[in-house]
Amino acid sequence: MFRRLLSGDLPRSRVLACVLAVICLGLLFTPFVFPGARALNVAAKICTFVVLVSSFDLLLGYTGIISFAHTMFFGIGAYGVAIAITRMGPTWPAVAAGVGAALAVSLVLSLVIGLFSLRVKALYYAMITLAVATAFQTLASQLSDFTGGEDGLSFKVPELLSPGFSFSERPFLGVSLNGRLISYYLLAAATVALFLVMLRIVNSPFGRVLQAIRENAFRAEALGYRIVVYRTCSNVLSAAFATLAGALLALWLRYNGPDTSLSFEIMINILLMVVIGGMGTLYGAVLGATLFIVTENYLQDVMKLASHGFAGVPLLRDLVNPDRWLLWLGLLFILSVYRFPFGIVGKLRAKARRAT
Amino acid sequence: MSGPLLQLAGVHTHIGAYHILHGVDLEVSRGELTVLLGRNGAGKTTTLRSIMGLWHVSLGAIRFEDEDISALETPEIARRGIAYVPENMGIFADLTVCENLLLAARGARRAEDIDPGRLELIFGQFPALKRFWQHPAGLLSGGQKQMLAVARAIVEPRKLLLVDEPSKGLAPAIIQNMVGAVRELKRTDTTILLVEQNFNFARQVGDRVAVMDGGRIVHVGEMAALAADEALQQRLLGLSLAAHQ
Repeated sequence: MFRRLLSGDLPRSRVLACVLAVICLGLLFTPFVFPGARALNVAAKICTFVVLVSSFDLLLGYTGIISFAHTMFFGIGAYGVAIAITRMGPTWPAVAAGVGAALAVSLVLSLVIGLFSLRVKALYYAMITLAVATAFQTLASQLSDFTGGEDGLSFKVPELLSPGFSFSERPFLGVSLNGRLISYYLLAAATVALFLVMLRIVNSPFGRVLQAIRENAFRAEALGYRIVVYRTCSNVLSAAFATLAGALLALWLRYNGPDTSLSFEIMINILLMVVIGGMGTLYGAVLGATLFIVTENYLQDVMKLASHGFAGVPLLRDLVNPDRWLLWLGLLFILSVYRFPFGIVGKLRAKARRAT
Repeated sequence: MSGPLLQLAGVHTHIGAYHILHGVDLEVSRGELTVLLGRNGAGKTTTLRSIMGLWHVSLGAIRFEDEDISALETPEIARRGIAYVPENMGIFADLTVCENLLLAARGARRAEDIDPGRLELIFGQFPALKRFWQHPAGLLSGGQKQMLAVARAIVEPRKLLLVDEPSKGLAPAIIQNMVGAVRELKRTDTTILLVEQNFNFARQVGDRVAVMDGGRIVHVGEMAALAADEALQQRLLGLSLAAHQ
């Protein structure tokens, strides 16, 4: 049953299985174990980025395509929901229309980019996607009547998901049972469902061909597979999942703007998450996203504690000053890439393989 | 159907600015194993890749079962029943042995979907593949990788197998295994065009031989006749069988 749910792709390492279980349980019980808006926001961001990073891994890790337009599809999803709700009101049909329209735009764009560009070499494809993504970001900022420009769009969500909605007067384990809680669990359930669908895709015959293409396109073609068709399908699928991740983020934040879903910084972050977690394994996306987002959000707190601890040591006190958190974040990631060239999942699986 | 299964007539191939094949004429008969011999750079691999559509033919015709396939794309050519075993152990290292075979067995989703008769043939010839069935192919030894590459080409019945230097980089004992495997393959009536530099290997498996030099076929004949004629070997290949033993 469990094996079937995971499409036969088990973690294949006890340590990895334990870490994944801790992450899943942590996300499941966040509202009760870590009460407060901050922890819930971090958990929701992890859920969204698990879908986004997994969809990017489908492209980079499984097909070997380097694209810088992934956040564009993420942004399309977020803008789809934001624009639809702003124009049609906070209703479920508006959410459905926004998601549907965003998916349609993403499918057309990814298909066109794929068919016209995936014949060229990887580096040129990366450049093309970079140009398209930059143009889209500028467009989103310029069409302010439609997208809210640089300010973005703040909107209400359907009543069931709004913080004002309460389905029980009495709090449960000290947590008020409101629309925010429903939002979080809907987001978590959608994350699990989308992740399992992607796991099914990469472990299907289609996924096998993608991996063969990544390793040697020439050989895969000699076996009779149409490389451009498979690459384009992978591009379209990956764009669709990124769009859905964007829609989930917008619904959670009740806001969308260029910096929230389209910025190049997000693109670099998801690239780092894939590399740190381990390319070509969706579990790597879970680990990479969790590690990155938790570090990004809590490193300053840890450094503040350390700074107090080293108050009497002049140089060390300055080094661990919370203002220098970006320096430490950078160092941590350089170290993790250096220490785990195949990502954390790659390292854990190799260790488990050697042990058997 | 009579006549050759594969026929190359005046095939020219350019790779970028380089003119590699200068009018190759070759016929491969049904059920036979034809060996393509020649020095490095003679155009043997380019001939196989041109047949497979991996390099586009600039002039001439390649006819397979009386159909001109020279303008077809590689996937179309593969669908007509031609399989290519590239040199240098052309396997997919990140995939398991099972997944490598599933890729070649079109329409098979799981190992159970592969023709049991074919699997029996493969495991009979290459028992190591059964032992490492769920292991990543990249962890196999050089010989086992080459076996997997051949197994991938025969996991489904093919009309024509193009095999590029199966003995390259293999230890002598493993080469003998490969000889046995190729002979077994011949018993399935598969037509094979095999590129080889190891003449000792070639003479043990070949029915007919074509020798290439400078992008052209310079000799065609029975393998047994070439194996028995040292003077001819010296003239065509600059070697004698004795030197290879």
